Amino acid sequence: MAEYRLKLPVTEEEIRRLRVGDVIYLTGKLMTARDQAHRRALELLRKGEKLPVDFKGGAVYHCGPVVRKLPDGTWQVIAAGPTTSTRMEALEADFIAGTGVRIIIGKGGMGRKTAEAAKKYGAVYAVFTGGAAILAARAIKRVAEVHWLDLGIPEAIWVFEVEDFGPLVVTIDTTGRNLYEELMGEVEKRLKEQLAELGYEV
Amino acid sequence: MIIININYYSLLKARRAKARLRAMGTDLESLVLRTAKNLIAAAVTRIPDDVVDALRKAMKRETNPLAKKQLEAILRNIDLAASTRGPVCQDTGMMIFFLEVGEDFPLKARLSDILVRAVREATQEVPLRPNAIDPVRNKNSGDNTGRYMPWIGWEIVPGDKLKIAFMAKGGGSEYPSTLVMIPPAEGLRGVKRVVLETIFKAGPKPCPPVVVGVGFAGASDAALKLAKKALLRPIGERHPEPEIAALEEELLERINKLGIGPHGFGGFTTALDVKVDYGYRHPASFAVGVTVACWAMRRSTAVVSADGSVEYLTHKYLNEEV
Repeated sequence: MAEYRLKLPVTEEEIRRLRVGDVIYLTGKLMTARDQAHRRALELLRKGEKLPVDFKGGAVYHCGPVVRKLPDGTWQVIAAGPTTSTRMEALEADFIAGTGVRIIIGKGGMGRKTAEAAKKYGAVYAVFTGGAAILAARAIKRVAEVHWLDLGIPEAIWVFEVEDFGPLVVTIDTTGRNLYEELMGEVEKRLKEQLAELGYEV
Repeated sequence: MIIININYYSLLKARRAKARLRAMGTDLESLVLRTAKNLIAAAVTRIPDDVVDALRKAMKRETNPLAKKQLEAILRNIDLAASTRGPVCQDTGMMIFFLEVGEDFPLKARLSDILVRAVREATQEVPLRPNAIDPVRNKNSGDNTGRYMPWIGWEIVPGDKLKIAFMAKGGGSEYPSTLVMIPPAEGLRGVKRVVLETIFKAGPKPCPPVVVGVGFAGASDAALKLAKKALLRPIGERHPEPEIAALEEELLERINKLGIGPHGFGGFTTALDVKVDYGYRHPASFAVGVTVACWAMRRSTAVVSADGSVEYLTHKYLNEEV
């Protein structure tokens, strides 16, 4: 378990060096996107159109923040923890391929399709502590841009300027490893042991 | 023969209470509204002491460095939320109330409207994330209210007090909720199986360490209702019946043996506690309900008396602020 402080955007080399269990902290521009933003982005890319923000070498954060609009028109981020990433599983591989994003941040882990894309294109999936929304908001220094507000506040693309955003634990790296899948394999063995103890055939 | 039964004593008491409230420059309706708003704000910004203590103990016990890192972030986040009065999690949850209404408490038919207003105003003032969505037209109401939202549970009890328990229930931890109709012959063994399978399937998704509510009864809705209400009991408190207390302890031990750990990074703490309740079943029906609360266990309780006094039971510092 190594710790890295990375500046966004990152290079492929920096990302390929990371291994599952490593802890990273990010500084630079971070973009949020949930289900609907992923869907719209993929549609635009299919049509060959440009996205309002450049994800190349960047980080996408599965997050629907609580924000407040201040009288001067700027946005204040009140709380911004991660949302469950499995909802984006069907879309993330294409999103990585289409945008060149290198860090995917969320909670709860992602599946095989994302892990394969991460290996192929040089990306990692990292977990921010679920529910630690104020901790996340503290690392967000400014809202630089917001796009697609018509999708609603949680589903819009928010561009946050962040400083030492973390701790983020890498659970999918570029070697094909998926830490959650490995751990849940162990957990399944223990579940079977316990069910056997209770007299069930497993 | 017509018997007219007027309880002069309670009439007199009600009149005195009204006079007292008038002297305080308020009325009972405003007081219930203010209390409900305070409960919402307190729940989403301050994790109750019993939960924080359990998380601190878990932090001391864990040896796995990734599990420790998660608990460290959780505890720091709890402190920051309390000191800045910001919501602990950006998912400020579904609004759920459990009411115990004294038969002599006035306003009984007004309570539902008052709570809706409390939710609406708290959404603006705390602020809360608008989480109430019309599932038919897929439209967010924008203020956390709508058909059956907030969700209110009612119980009529003797006396002239109103007990309001509030829970802000996160969406991620509501997802693994389970109802299984087990073969009655499977008995308590089946309850254990359903709980373990539910927690396994949920894995890291409901933000462990979690608190697990378990209910079993003959009727399916009763099982889930009992499970949800059991989550209101403080961490560490055991069910008064020794068999159920033992079942709670066994389930806690078994869940933690699964080793999912804080946010699924392994370790000893998958659940902080397990709360069980039950109702009688039908010869052919045995319903098991399981509900899960994330570590950000947002609940708060207060008692409003008809005479205008308010006592906060979970967030005691509010008793001094009022």
